[in-house]
Amino acid sequence: MSSTFDQIANIIAETCDIPRDTIKPESHAIDDLGIDSLDFLDIAFAIDKAFGIKMPLEKWTQEVNDGKATTEQYFVLQNLADRIDELVAAKNAAPGA
Amino acid sequence: MNLDYFQLIDRIVDLNLDEKKITVEAQVPAAHTIFEGHFPGFPIMPGVLLTEAMAQSSGWLLLGLLKFERMPFLAIVKEAKMRGFVSPGQLLTIEAKLEHEGSGFAVTKAKVRVGKELKCSAEITFGLAPFPDPALRVHMDAMANKIGFPLQAITHD
Repeated sequence: MSSTFDQIANIIAETCDIPRDTIKPESHAIDDLGIDSLDFLDIAFAIDKAFGIKMPLEKWTQEVNDGKATTEQYFVLQNLADRIDELVAAKNAAPGA
Repeated sequence: MNLDYFQLIDRIVDLNLDEKKITVEAQVPAAHTIFEGHFPGFPIMPGVLLTEAMAQSSGWLLLGLLKFERMPFLAIVKEAKMRGFVSPGQLLTIEAKLEHEGSGFAVTKAKVRVGKELKCSAEITFGLAPFPDPALRVHMDAMANKIGFPLQAITHD
């Protein structure tokens, strides 16, 4: 089974027409890959579907805007993969999961 | 359907918040200047307007699911397929279903039929934002009343 990073890199490559080999774990989705908010919305839909989660984009954006988090924490792809893994783990740990 | 004001939906036939779907009707006018240009001798409803009709239908569904607390704004249209011509005077039945509710966005799938014939379909993504102006909220309330939005559907769970 491919890693979470590989799965989101494939989604980004397909959604944004970015060559897959240019997408690295250390890539920043916005600063390095030039993904804008509309494309990210499309990516979020694909990620939510692929992993069966609801990425809390509004919460993350608010944390960045409030200075409580940096964009790197959420938009460097390896960090994004880690956040997704946390969300999947939390979902699986939830009662009734 | 009031094309001059871009109000494409006439009536909500059914809003089912449990199943997250809506059915609406829209009467294409028998005559309009749009049909004089699109096209002379062969008047048909422009695909962009059919797409907008699917978006507005989806929008009413989302307003119901959001209890009018946020406004859906059109962001992405995918897989918009114009499967058959729609002529002046035809009655459209439009169904929209929630495909996914994300954080700050929602995705629907919508279909337009004339009778039993499927005329077009699309997957539509909306950004969900607070109402940017109180006047818009007032307008949406008035439109909801006009098209028979079942307010009781959102006043109790």
